[in-house]
Amino acid sequence: MLMGDKGKYIGIVMGLTFASLIMTQQPAIFMGLMSRSYSFITDVGLPDIWVMDEKVQFIDDIKSLQDTELYRVRGVSGVEWAMPMYKGMQKARMSDGTFQNCTVIGLDDTTLIGAPAVLIEGKLNDLRRSDSVIVDFDGANEKLAKPPLIEGGKKIPLKVGDTLELNDKRAFVVGIAKVTRTFQSQPTIYTTYSRAKIYAPRERKLLSFVLVKAKAGQNIQELTKRIHANTGLAAYTQQEFMDLTFNYFMKNTGIPINFGISITLGFIVGAAIAGQTFYNFTLENLRQFGVLKAMGTSNWTLLRMILLQAILVGSTGYGMGVGLTALFGYAMRNSILAFKFPWQLLIFSGLGVSFICMFAALISILKVIRLEPAIVFKS
Amino acid sequence: MNIAVRCENLIKTYDTGGQKVTALNSVNLEIRLAELIMLVGPSGCGKTTLISVIAGILDQDAGLCELFGENLLTMKSKDKLRFRASQIGFVFQAFNLLPSLNAAENVSVPLIINGEKRGVAQKKAIDVLERVGLGERWKSFPSQLSGGQQQRVAIARALIHSPRLIVCDEPTSALDHASGHNIMNLLKEVAVDENRALVIVTHDSRIFNFADRMAEMDDGHIVKISEPLRTA
Ligand SMILES: Nc1ncnc2c1ncn2[C@@H]1O[C@H](COP(=O)(O)OP(=O)(O)O)[C@@H](O)[C@H]1O
Ligand SMILES: [Mg+2]
Repeated sequence: MLMGDKGKYIGIVMGLTFASLIMTQQPAIFMGLMSRSYSFITDVGLPDIWVMDEKVQFIDDIKSLQDTELYRVRGVSGVEWAMPMYKGMQKARMSDGTFQNCTVIGLDDTTLIGAPAVLIEGKLNDLRRSDSVIVDFDGANEKLAKPPLIEGGKKIPLKVGDTLELNDKRAFVVGIAKVTRTFQSQPTIYTTYSRAKIYAPRERKLLSFVLVKAKAGQNIQELTKRIHANTGLAAYTQQEFMDLTFNYFMKNTGIPINFGISITLGFIVGAAIAGQTFYNFTLENLRQFGVLKAMGTSNWTLLRMILLQAILVGSTGYGMGVGLTALFGYAMRNSILAFKFPWQLLIFSGLGVSFICMFAALISILKVIRLEPAIVFKS
Repeated sequence: MNIAVRCENLIKTYDTGGQKVTALNSVNLEIRLAELIMLVGPSGCGKTTLISVIAGILDQDAGLCELFGENLLTMKSKDKLRFRASQIGFVFQAFNLLPSLNAAENVSVPLIINGEKRGVAQKKAIDVLERVGLGERWKSFPSQLSGGQQQRVAIARALIHSPRLIVCDEPTSALDHASGHNIMNLLKEVAVDENRALVIVTHDSRIFNFADRMAEMDDGHIVKISEPLRTA
């Protein structure tokens, strides 16, 4: 019956499309954004355990250790290897004289553990050459890119062979790495641990993390406890450190609330539009329902008719909303925007849309059940 | 038994926000099988209320109303629905076709309510549309039909399940004289049957001569029952 009025039908479907779009796309961006909080940890990948100062709350919360802590960790039984990592902020001076804040990562000189897995240009081994650094792809193309040759032209990406200055020291670009975007939108510069000391002369302590690999057969959970007991340092498995970081951002930033608000708004606006149009539609067709009632149609049959319509518009709107979200995600796949679309989200927005439809159907059903069939003779 | 409907001392009062309107004030009426009876009278005299009670879509406050020996007032609501679905056909002033269904689908509705399969119902609907002269137009939607044609579809819908009582409320009021006349001819031709009673509410004096009997109402009463001169 609903199909009879195309305008109304489109109105309801649009409302539901909007609602399911918001309820899918916003959480997808939210989850994408939140996953960036720990993407550095997943990128480093290899170590089983991250050791750090006990007061560290998340990955970017650096509380440096004495270099001697590295040897104490290496001395804990069950440790296969333990490598130092420096992580800190340094100002890079670019060729045009401007400065750019960068995250500098210092890797163990011999093993280069924690180095980026994918190099777009250059070779990892070149990091062992003097003054060499590897820059992340997004940084090289955006914030560290050189000014255009002509006014208003495109910026020139930083390439292998270019140089930067970090604290007045020359840094020679030997590679461009593909890394997952993090919360921090500054460029990331990889170098060796000992060279990081040169780039960061004013810092007294440089050891940010000790990266640990457990011996084969060693229970990792037990090893974290043992490291903590022997050194007094915090030791987390990779997953624990990711959770620590994720939870920190959940608790201490406005991000969850902001997204919660947009998702709720999408839900309410969608429910209002769809519910209102659906109900209006029922009101306008009350006479038809009355005719069916007079002719002997039971409330139960009318209820099923209304539910069927709700399901029909609901699934159309949901399909379109989810489809638009997927398109959106596809279009944004190479942009700075965070986007993560796990299947759980489909259930989440599906439940949301179902709820809206049930609500819309329910108010209509109540109206129709209370309807007196005698209205059919009213002109 | 040749009595289709028996009304005894029917009383119906509407309560609109404290103000009481007595629409039926002790109505006594017998409707016979095979007849076309017209219910006439000034606007507001209670005609619509009376056929609503007769058709079982409105409960009276007091008095008895029997359809084919059954008292709808004391019937369980489920049985009442089934009774309405199988025994009564409706024709309205405003046609009241479902706008999103085509003519054949509209005509099928009573059969489907009675549990008939769609395909069977559709076939029968086209047959009945044939009888009202719209066999060719079974695919048309109400909006594509003239008022007279829509009322023909409505008559086909009222007939398709062979009900024993057909109630029509002002079936010609929304039509011009010629179409109204045609509709009455059609009703007379296809709806009157020895096993069926036809009640037509109207204040359209131009069609009075189609009636076998006329019940005149005023102020909630039947004031006169007459057999008009038959010219049609
Ligand atoms: N649902 C209703 N609520 C209140 N008053 C009503 C209702 N239906 C009819 N009436 C009143 O009852 C009286 C009879 O109405 P009705 O049966 O429609 O008369 P008719 O069909 O002869 O014009 C009128 O005074 C009308 O205003
Ligand atoms: Mg009336």
